[in-house]
Amino acid sequence: MADSLFKIAGGTVYDPANGIDGQVRDLWIQDGKIVAAPTDPNVRADKTLDAAGMVVMPGGIDMHCHIAGPKVNMARKMRPEEKRVAPKVSRTANTHSGTLGSVPSTFATGYKYAGMGYTTAFDAAIPPLAARHAHEEFDDTPCIDKGFYVLVGNNHYIMRAIQQNEPQRLKAFLGWLLGSAKAYAPKMVNPGGVEVWKQQQAGNVSDLDTCVEHFDVTPRQIIRGIAEAAGELGLPHPVHIHANNLGLPGNWTTTLETMKALEGHGGHLTHIQFHSYGGGPDDQDTFNSKVVPLADYVNSHQNITVDVGQVLFGETTSMTGDSPLGYYLSNVYKTKWFSADTEMESGCGIAPIEYKNKSLIHSLQWAIGLEWYLLVQDPWRVVMSTDHPNGGSFLAYPQIIRLLMDRTWRRDVLKTVNPQVLKRSTLGDLDREYSLNEICIITRAGPARLLGLSHKGHLGPGADADVTIYTPNDNVETMFELPRHVIKAGRIIVEQGEVRDPVDGKTLHVAPDYDSDVEPDIADWFEKYYSIRFRNYPVSDAYLGDHETVACRQGTD
Amino acid sequence: MATTQENTTTEDGLKIVKDATCTFCGCVCDDIDLKVDGEKIVEAKRACVLGKAWFFNHEVDQRPSCLVDGQPATVDEGVERAARILAEARYPIIYGLSDTTCEAQRVAVGIGDWIGGTVDTTTSVCHGPSGIAFQGVGEVTCSLGEIANRGDMIIFWGSNPAESHPRHFTKYSLMPKGMFVPNGRKDRTCVLVDVRRTKSSKAADIFLQIKPRKDFEALWTLRALAQDVELDADQVESETGVPLATWQDLMQRMKQARFGVMLFGMGLTMTRGKHLNSEALLALVRDMNAHTRFVAKPMRGHGNVTGADNVVSWRTGYPFGVNMSRGYPRFNPGEYTTADTLARGEADAAMIIASDPMANFSQAAREHLASIPYIALDPKETPTTRAAAVAFTTATYGINVPGTVYRMDDVPIPLRPAFDAPHPSDLDVLRGIERRVRQLKSIVRVP
Repeated sequence: MADSLFKIAGGTVYDPANGIDGQVRDLWIQDGKIVAAPTDPNVRADKTLDAAGMVVMPGGIDMHCHIAGPKVNMARKMRPEEKRVAPKVSRTANTHSGTLGSVPSTFATGYKYAGMGYTTAFDAAIPPLAARHAHEEFDDTPCIDKGFYVLVGNNHYIMRAIQQNEPQRLKAFLGWLLGSAKAYAPKMVNPGGVEVWKQQQAGNVSDLDTCVEHFDVTPRQIIRGIAEAAGELGLPHPVHIHANNLGLPGNWTTTLETMKALEGHGGHLTHIQFHSYGGGPDDQDTFNSKVVPLADYVNSHQNITVDVGQVLFGETTSMTGDSPLGYYLSNVYKTKWFSADTEMESGCGIAPIEYKNKSLIHSLQWAIGLEWYLLVQDPWRVVMSTDHPNGGSFLAYPQIIRLLMDRTWRRDVLKTVNPQVLKRSTLGDLDREYSLNEICIITRAGPARLLGLSHKGHLGPGADADVTIYTPNDNVETMFELPRHVIKAGRIIVEQGEVRDPVDGKTLHVAPDYDSDVEPDIADWFEKYYSIRFRNYPVSDAYLGDHETVACRQGTD
Repeated sequence: MATTQENTTTEDGLKIVKDATCTFCGCVCDDIDLKVDGEKIVEAKRACVLGKAWFFNHEVDQRPSCLVDGQPATVDEGVERAARILAEARYPIIYGLSDTTCEAQRVAVGIGDWIGGTVDTTTSVCHGPSGIAFQGVGEVTCSLGEIANRGDMIIFWGSNPAESHPRHFTKYSLMPKGMFVPNGRKDRTCVLVDVRRTKSSKAADIFLQIKPRKDFEALWTLRALAQDVELDADQVESETGVPLATWQDLMQRMKQARFGVMLFGMGLTMTRGKHLNSEALLALVRDMNAHTRFVAKPMRGHGNVTGADNVVSWRTGYPFGVNMSRGYPRFNPGEYTTADTLARGEADAAMIIASDPMANFSQAAREHLASIPYIALDPKETPTTRAAAVAFTTATYGINVPGTVYRMDDVPIPLRPAFDAPHPSDLDVLRGIERRVRQLKSIVRVP
């Protein structure tokens, strides 16, 4: 395609980042990028795709999913039973075979995201020690650009730096760690709580001010310390937070305290649905939605953004860096259970789960997710996610879109779930319907902005030519689950769900500037406590296929 | 793929490679300093007796890089013949994979996909039962550094690390002074459970000799005691060979531990009960988490068998014993595990990578393998390479070839080779075969 001009002609374009809301336009593409329309009327495209009557959007961006690395791969190994009955992914002349179920194999993951019009995805929880593993899987995950967040919320070096009140050391370490892992952003998972889990039976922190023994720090200090360091490093996506007490009745106060603990620093609270519960921890009958007060806080605080972590009914796999949560879920549902503690860094829990629409708890979780989409006023600060596969598969996004755009259908579905939902949430009172433009924001333009990806999520000149073309349909679920064309970096990779040209896609990562004087101290600490050598820890460029270093901003916050 | 040059210096004219990785066993020690004299490693600092043997006895094999029907051939000729064998077969098997890099493993699984064959690894004859048990009950585990930093109760079951994983004691499980066990060995209790005394029993504070083939009963005794179930003392002793009071004492200690660890070997997985034994142990460790922190970990043998499990899983969804003849992956141990498939006389071609089934499979399996055309990739001449239609002499991973291996605890580690070999790597050969297979397969369409 080098230098050839490709025109997508006459489509109805949605490009909210550039203020375009359903206007008929041509898009011009060259060298994998969107370019301005030629000013010379005699210039003709080398190739033209007629998009008249079609809906044209930037490629979708999933900013929080679990698609690679040790945890995901363990879940693949652990769940042969669901693959037996799942649809088959057969090899073709140009694509590999694979398996689905709630945790698809690598190739199947790439093909299915692209088949649904998504061209970028971020894995949300990689232990730095296993970064190399995630990159190896990315190399076998075609069709999409990808990156990952590294787990930092229970990192010993970070907790020590906080305890010793050394913010500069923390900042330098964080910069070194992100660069070493070739990661995209720092991720906190149950900050402090996973370390307590490692230290004692059923251990966890109960609130933001519980002291983490041995390190003598609190979750609040960890959150504030990392958010501040991330801000000063100027990271494109400063900090991604899985708050404490996920899934527990009454956890909404912890969530609110977490938002406050940021003290104005930018922070993204992920799968917020799982953190918005009222009620008493020991009495499930008191379980209820607390989205209203939390969404009020988000609506009035510009520094906070969220993705939802929507629950959908059916069988899936819960997987998390939050080990105590894995233990809790496997005990509640009496399932098989995987748990793995990674030295100095993080934990992991995996358990199968089935969300049932007759269950009060599950029905409320479903409703609470939808409340979040409908109660956050600014669509630029709420992002679509299922926390794949925790709330459900990423393949359910078209279903969520229908629930948001079609209130009649939403009410029909609401009638089929546990009726207590009407009393314990506000979902039944919400009339809001999303427009196509707003859907475009919460599935691509918004996440691109929150991730600091200036060349994604829009269709202006200079943007990556990742474009999805949909056939309009009264049923938007049908429309969004089977795009007519998916274009990745200027190449048509999918037609009507069939993968035609499985390109590799690139890895997105950061390389922050940091004070390298910290390295000897990291090396000393490393040799004392890690089981691998300091030299063998950083991931070399050789592990990255096509990749792009996304620039940090000038250190501000 | 990892490269290496930045860690190479010279001393007395000899090349020094710092923090090289030993791939001999699942410990994958990455702290070895090698001194290299041309094509010979003369010093391997910190390596154990097995590691030293691995590094020092490595000499570049002077055989041709490729033999076709026992006659010297070019690598290209070998690739052509290999690709034709695989592409024309109706039931090809790709087997081995545990002693090569992940980079090579990935290509091998890809070939298996294009030819609609079976992909299986040596996991199926070592910890395959643990993999099956894992699918049943899950696993509570950790990285080896967690054991070093926290483990105060270390139980080895059916494993003899003193001989199979010599640095496991010193580097990970018994001796290290860790964050929460500052006095090292003094802060830990070590228990060994086995059917006989071994070199490892000397390292243990408590040795329990159980009756052969009674691991399942012994583990369920502990499961019962963990839940305070009353047991018949005579029956326990006659079944397990160990008095009930001894088991009770052990359970008491396990409950009092702060961070217990059960490390289990093929003495558990390959004896009567197989995956039921592994399942009993994994379930016991899970049960123990109602009392204290406890983790389990299989003592994996081959240098990159853990990488093979990972690669096969991420590409197909299943860890070993995967068949793709219908165009998509299916998993069925016993049916698609190579020792079984061959013994039933089912495959009509094979590619054996870094493994020697002609030396260790059953007679029926060996006889069938000898009767079908197969390809072998190995750095050394072995009974398997000798009977192969196409035998590639490949460069040795970790000594001549860079790449990635996964330690027994799933931690990925880069390799830092010492010197170049005249032979191609497994990766080079497999890439050539994959390229040619894809060409052949686009012509020869299978109905």
